[in-house]
Amino acid sequence: MADIKKLETAKLMKKVMADHFYEIDAAFKSGEPKVAWCTSVGPAELLRAMGFVVYFPENHAAILGASRAANDCIPAANAIGYSPEICSYLTSDVGAYLKGFTPLAKIYDGIETIPKPDVLVYNTNQCRDVKDWFEWYAREWNVPCFGIESFVNVGDVTKYHVDSIAGQMRKLAAEITAATGNKMDEDLLKETVRLSRRCSDLWKDVLEMAANKPSPLTFFDGTIHMGPAVCLRGTQVAVDYYETLLKELRGWVDEGVAAVAGERHRIYWEGMPIWGKLRENAKLFLELKTCLVASTYCNSWIFSALDPDDPWNSMARAYTELFIVRDDDYKEDYYRRMLDIFGFDGIIFHDAKTCPNNSNCRYGLPQRFSKETGIPFITIDGDLNDLRCYSEEQAITKIEAFIEQLDG
Amino acid sequence: MNYFVGIDIGSTTAKAVVVDHEGAILAQTVRRSGYDFAVVARDVFSAVLQQAKIQRVSVMGIVSTGYGRRNVDFTDQQRTEIFCHARGVHHYFPEPVTVVDIGGQDNKVIHLGPGGERLGFTMNRKCAAGTGAFIEEIAYRLDLPLNDLNRMAEEAESEVTIGSFCTVFSCTEILGMARRGIPVADIIKGVFRSVVKRVAEMDSLDGKVVMTGGVVDHNPVVAQMLGEALGRSVETPPHPQAIGALGAALIARDMQEEIKSK
Ligand code: SF4
Repeated sequence: MADIKKLETAKLMKKVMADHFYEIDAAFKSGEPKVAWCTSVGPAELLRAMGFVVYFPENHAAILGASRAANDCIPAANAIGYSPEICSYLTSDVGAYLKGFTPLAKIYDGIETIPKPDVLVYNTNQCRDVKDWFEWYAREWNVPCFGIESFVNVGDVTKYHVDSIAGQMRKLAAEITAATGNKMDEDLLKETVRLSRRCSDLWKDVLEMAANKPSPLTFFDGTIHMGPAVCLRGTQVAVDYYETLLKELRGWVDEGVAAVAGERHRIYWEGMPIWGKLRENAKLFLELKTCLVASTYCNSWIFSALDPDDPWNSMARAYTELFIVRDDDYKEDYYRRMLDIFGFDGIIFHDAKTCPNNSNCRYGLPQRFSKETGIPFITIDGDLNDLRCYSEEQAITKIEAFIEQLDG
Repeated sequence: MNYFVGIDIGSTTAKAVVVDHEGAILAQTVRRSGYDFAVVARDVFSAVLQQAKIQRVSVMGIVSTGYGRRNVDFTDQQRTEIFCHARGVHHYFPEPVTVVDIGGQDNKVIHLGPGGERLGFTMNRKCAAGTGAFIEEIAYRLDLPLNDLNRMAEEAESEVTIGSFCTVFSCTEILGMARRGIPVADIIKGVFRSVVKRVAEMDSLDGKVVMTGGVVDHNPVVAQMLGEALGRSVETPPHPQAIGALGAALIARDMQEEIKSK
């Protein structure tokens, strides 16, 4: 059987992520620069421009999921009143803390714990759970916690939305300064937004390489290579990383290298990854000669509105324009655009038990989209981190039956 | 003569069907799956060959399906139960239909187009509510033989409403009813009604509806009750429990035809 093809740049990724964690660990241990925690689509640019090193606990939670440590940790959070029905990133991460465990200590020599922050900063654009999550740590460590309260179910993003969020961002910066002493450097903000936009454009180009037939990358590759776009956007390191990755992918396309040998079907993945089953699922699709060419999830770190000449308003717009913030009409239209770009034969919706925000199959959207475009779909019941919510056997049968259906 | 065998290793029962080159059924067999799927697969295979009075050498193709399809170590090909049920139903109903299969541990709804092509399907969620396992659990709790359930439901003068989704909660609810002296027949009819409700909420059941699976094979009253819920009659093929195995056998035959035509 064919093996999963590895991009050479993956090796560079290991180094980039190691440097990231060591940088934060050093800052945490020495107290300089100060450490801010940030949600994955939170105001990272703002925090960098205020001189913080930025840590993303969702990334940590995803590592807990991918390493399958999550299921040992979740019950500890359940036991203190955080329900098994809520975000399993939250329960994995808090549970790991309660157990005094972090996979970072296993992976990176010299790192013992997660970095205690000087400030916790969230944006509820993705969900309310991030606020609950950060507030838990704020109480635990007596650390200040601030955030942006975003809109939900947004249709068109209007000046009203942008003004409100930009206003909240300015207020947030003032609150952070008052709490930590770190000040906003407007020039650095412009530069950070410029780098973040560049990272975003490159990440988009990387993902759109999958529009080629055959595709040189899969959703599974995307979930691995998105690390710098999440954790290092706004830095030169992330820009350099995606330039290297893009170059390698272009080479693959020129040579006609397929991520999935003998690609027969192209599928859009809608929803969170099932982190603890990435490898198994990557292999399953490889065997089925089916490439998961694109996903809303990996696209979530594309922020095309960012503009260094208008940093505040453009950050407000970029973090409100996100798919997760939008209404179903927008989402349906978005799938249509993805269909035009990537040309897929079917969609798999992942109904993640503990993340309704990334489970877009609960209000008839798959049926509406399928009826309109003729693109068939299936829904897989699972979860991002809590494997107790995932019936592997049933998921495999559904996926295989879906591919048989596409085979005709 | 060339023969083809389909083997369906379900979570509860294992089925095997033999067809000839024209797709006519020669024999079929059903037994409990047990825990060793590889063993039961060999058992049903040899039993069905014996029944059909044919030799192993004249079997030109074997397709396995069902939960234990990968455990059939002598199979030529594996196909999912979705595909096999669709193929089996299409054999009897060549028009567009919606297939409703109630299995031992999962339910499926499959939409078939005019040529038997699969247009879409749904499988139930992780929970076994509304499946054969749910009915078995309730029969066990009430200490009733499975074979009596259909008759009891048919004879029931009234029926209870079971409110819970969950098998465990449903059992508690039912035991409470029995304690209060509600006739067991009414409870059983209520249990079947709950199965029908679970199925009807899985997907839209358009057009002609055909039911398959062990539950409807042993309890035809379920098809009748689904018909009442939909306001039109629901059909069943002969031997609804063996439809997946029949479909598998027919797929084995189709594959042979395809090779020949190339
Ligand atoms: S979006 Fe979903 S997975 Fe992400 S933090 Fe919120 S609830 Fe958790």
